[in-house]
Amino acid sequence: MKLVIAIIKPFKLDEVREALSTLGVQGMTVTEVKGFGRQKGQTEIYRGAEYSTNMVPKIKVEVACATDLAPRVVEAIGHAANTGAIGDGKIFVLDIDQAVRIRTGETDETAL
Amino acid sequence: MTLHSRLAGGLATAGLAAFAALPAWAQGAASAPAASTTPALIKAPTPEQALAMINKGDTTWMLISSALVLMMSVPALALFYGGLVRTKNMLSVLMQVLMIVSVASLVWVGWGYSLAFTSGGDNHFVGGLGKAFLRGVDATTVAATFSNNVYIPEYAYIVFQMTFACITPALIVGAFAERIKFTPLILFVVAWLTLVYFPIAHCVWYWAGPDYLPDAPTDGGYLWALGALDFAGGTVVHINAGIAGLVGCLIVGPRVGYKAEPMPPHSLTMTMIGASLLWVGWFGFNAGSNLEANGVTGVAFINTFVATAAAAVAWAVIEQVRHGKPSLLGAASGAVAGLVAITPASGYAHPGTAIILGFVTSGVCFFFVTTVKNKLGYDDSLDVFGVHCIGGIVGALGTAIVADPALGGQGFFDYTQFPAVAGSYDMGAQLVTQARAVLLTLAWSGAVSAILFSILKFTTGLRPVRDVELEGLDINEHGERAYNI
Repeated sequence: MKLVIAIIKPFKLDEVREALSTLGVQGMTVTEVKGFGRQKGQTEIYRGAEYSTNMVPKIKVEVACATDLAPRVVEAIGHAANTGAIGDGKIFVLDIDQAVRIRTGETDETAL
Repeated sequence: MTLHSRLAGGLATAGLAAFAALPAWAQGAASAPAASTTPALIKAPTPEQALAMINKGDTTWMLISSALVLMMSVPALALFYGGLVRTKNMLSVLMQVLMIVSVASLVWVGWGYSLAFTSGGDNHFVGGLGKAFLRGVDATTVAATFSNNVYIPEYAYIVFQMTFACITPALIVGAFAERIKFTPLILFVVAWLTLVYFPIAHCVWYWAGPDYLPDAPTDGGYLWALGALDFAGGTVVHINAGIAGLVGCLIVGPRVGYKAEPMPPHSLTMTMIGASLLWVGWFGFNAGSNLEANGVTGVAFINTFVATAAAAVAWAVIEQVRHGKPSLLGAASGAVAGLVAITPASGYAHPGTAIILGFVTSGVCFFFVTTVKNKLGYDDSLDVFGVHCIGGIVGALGTAIVADPALGGQGFFDYTQFPAVAGSYDMGAQLVTQARAVLLTLAWSGAVSAILFSILKFTTGLRPVRDVELEGLDINEHGERAYNI
């Protein structure tokens, strides 16, 4: 089992969710996050007070999936979240040791 | 609520209303040396006669206006300010405004109305205590307007003026928002109202009324007698509060982290709601200040509309040119600056000159809020000085220009004559008078505020400790949060 973590632009969330649904992914977890990478921060001006925010708002998507599905999940997210501009985000893939569905007690791939 | 003003048309209407209301004395009066069909006016009417000179339309308008002006404080000003602070201090601003409004209204009926709007005898700077706790006021007592023989119920006048006394100290809190202790603030407000607001209101707005002044030509506040024009409170409300705010933010000191860390507004949505409600409420503030529902009320109303619109457009255009993007906060700030500037001029200007006044004000306020504040480094958190004091000064001085009948203005009335007649307008002299009123207000409010803040600083303390400020005033001063998610 793999955990795919993607940091994406907030307005790309819907496209990513749709792309994953067509792959048969059953669930995902979404968090509003802030961070920075190569993308420079934005400048905000409030009555002449300029704030250069180096933390940019992003969405973090976490998807747990079977190991053989992971490459296609990565590809789908990468395709859906791509704008070609700097700041599109990153995708990380981690191993999952164990998974449990709380309601039934099912474990591992049947719990995904 | 101004000094010299009003239309001859209003005088005639007044006479007619009085005629219809009280045929007995009106007939008696008309049998005097009446050369025209217009019923004669009564000089220095008795209380019974004055009571019959009340018009239901005027009374209705004044009560509606009073409610509109209260809406400017709560919720409008509270939301306008609240949206501009950080989440951790939102509730403190709402609470400060709500409590100031409540306390000020109690102080007003206690001694404020009496100090502001009764004669001080030979003292032209503050009134007496004869009407403290509204002694002697009842449903049959009246207050004068700007027309001969037109009166409104005294309670309506008291409550209208009360709303002004409520919002003015609430304006001040924006200057030192996010870093003030609650109880010392309330103590300051009570003292400031008593020592600054009531005397300045008396100086600018108190006078004997058009039917009594001819017999008592010196019975008016100091600035009123000078001939200073302040239709709805440029000096009394905005310059007064603005300079107190500047002094306060200098004595309190800047917020922890000021200029070192971002302090963006937490909800410009709230600020937009607040600014919009301020605009609506301001029709009561300015047009209501005519104290009657007549043509000049319409003048004040349209000027309040278009000067504001012009100032909002001007600020947005300036930002478009300077930063490449017009911001909502900028447009809302411009609107408020325009409202402030048109306040003293609202009943005097022509809509055309009101628009120019709005344009000019946005330029000047933008310069102060962005450039001057940054250069000097004072932390006027929500720009009380830059918008209210500076906008108020532009408006007070601009009033001398836009009131000129040669520019379509209303001019002023000479109330020492009975009935009142139009005075001959001298723009240069008026400008000097306006400047004197501005300087007196700046000096008095600035000096007394400095003393009051200093006393509080070294007794109760003005600022919470650093950790409290960093964690936010909401949880530490009030034990709750604005948002629980």
